[in-house]
Amino acid sequence: MNYLYNFPFIVVAILIAMGFYAMMFKRNLIKIVIGLNIVESAVNLFLIALGYRKGAVAPIYTNAPVAKGAPAHSMVLPTPQALTLTAIVIGVATTAMILSFVVQIGKHYGTIDAKKARRLKG
Amino acid sequence: MMAMSKIVRTVSNLLYFFILIFGFYIVMHGHLTPGGGFQGGAVLASAIALIIVAHGIEKAKKFYSEFSLTSCESLGLVLFISLAFLGIFMTFFYNFLSPGAQPAIPIFSTEPPLGPNLGNLNTGGVIPLMNIAVGIEVIGGLGAIVYVMFRGGKK
Amino acid sequence: MRNAVAGVALLVMAAFLFYAAVEMHSFGSPAYSDMDDYFIENAQKETGANNVVTSIVFDYRGFDTLGEATVLFTAVAGTTAVFKKRREKK
Repeated sequence: MNYLYNFPFIVVAILIAMGFYAMMFKRNLIKIVIGLNIVESAVNLFLIALGYRKGAVAPIYTNAPVAKGAPAHSMVLPTPQALTLTAIVIGVATTAMILSFVVQIGKHYGTIDAKKARRLKG
Repeated sequence: MMAMSKIVRTVSNLLYFFILIFGFYIVMHGHLTPGGGFQGGAVLASAIALIIVAHGIEKAKKFYSEFSLTSCESLGLVLFISLAFLGIFMTFFYNFLSPGAQPAIPIFSTEPPLGPNLGNLNTGGVIPLMNIAVGIEVIGGLGAIVYVMFRGGKK
Repeated sequence: MRNAVAGVALLVMAAFLFYAAVEMHSFGSPAYSDMDDYFIENAQKETGANNVVTSIVFDYRGFDTLGEATVLFTAVAGTTAVFKKRREKK
């Protein structure tokens, strides 16, 4: 029955495997970047799922639907959410960087196929 | 790149101000509601991206330049680091405006009621100021990425 | 041949990932949460902000955010340098 309880973690494993498949077997550079982004999304999902508590609310006290002196167990863990926030912004920045390199490779070699671009010399 | 059709341009002109107001709301209420500098900055940068995509790069050059966007980014980073350095008399990143800090400065330093409350904008110490600084940085950074990549596509 | 070796490596990695996901603590009850409980109980008192996540990002883990801002700055600088307009040589 543990398979059902750990369903988000299994989804994370499947997503990471799919992303690595795209990065290892695809030859189009854009598809490799898409694989990298899938792995990144899987890691974000893993961090968020790691900090979840059953029946808890978001860790924000503005109009929070908890009682006044409620214990800390009534809110989900805030640290993984902060780390995910960091990871999302860094992911956007690095994706822009990688895509700009892909654009330059496409302009320079005339192809974005990884194996063809490696054989051609500038 | 050519501009898009008249319908898209009109709707983007209308939506631009609403997106800006929503982004500023998210940045300013970062210490009370879900959101903060990064998310609000991303919303504001999406307004810039909407104008660039709808009107084409030639028209957008009149409103934004690469220099203004990158200097926005540098200004945000410098503001963030200086806010961190202002607490150097205790430690780096000391929250020198928080309710318990010793030289009491009455800016953003009201003590909120503990537990769930309605939210008071005048709380949070140095956190709202850092939210604004990071918002300036993110709007400059993501806007510069969109601007430069859109311009780089044309010969 | 190369593709076969890569496929076997991918399958082994996927199997380990799946095993780790099944053997993880069950979803909804994290194993250790002392630090997060401290943040939830004391963040409002110490920083004055209602949003615990924001007070972690900008106060408790400020160095993390500083590094993140630096990474964003560096990535934007790299992107603008790659797409810089070159002057044509005459």
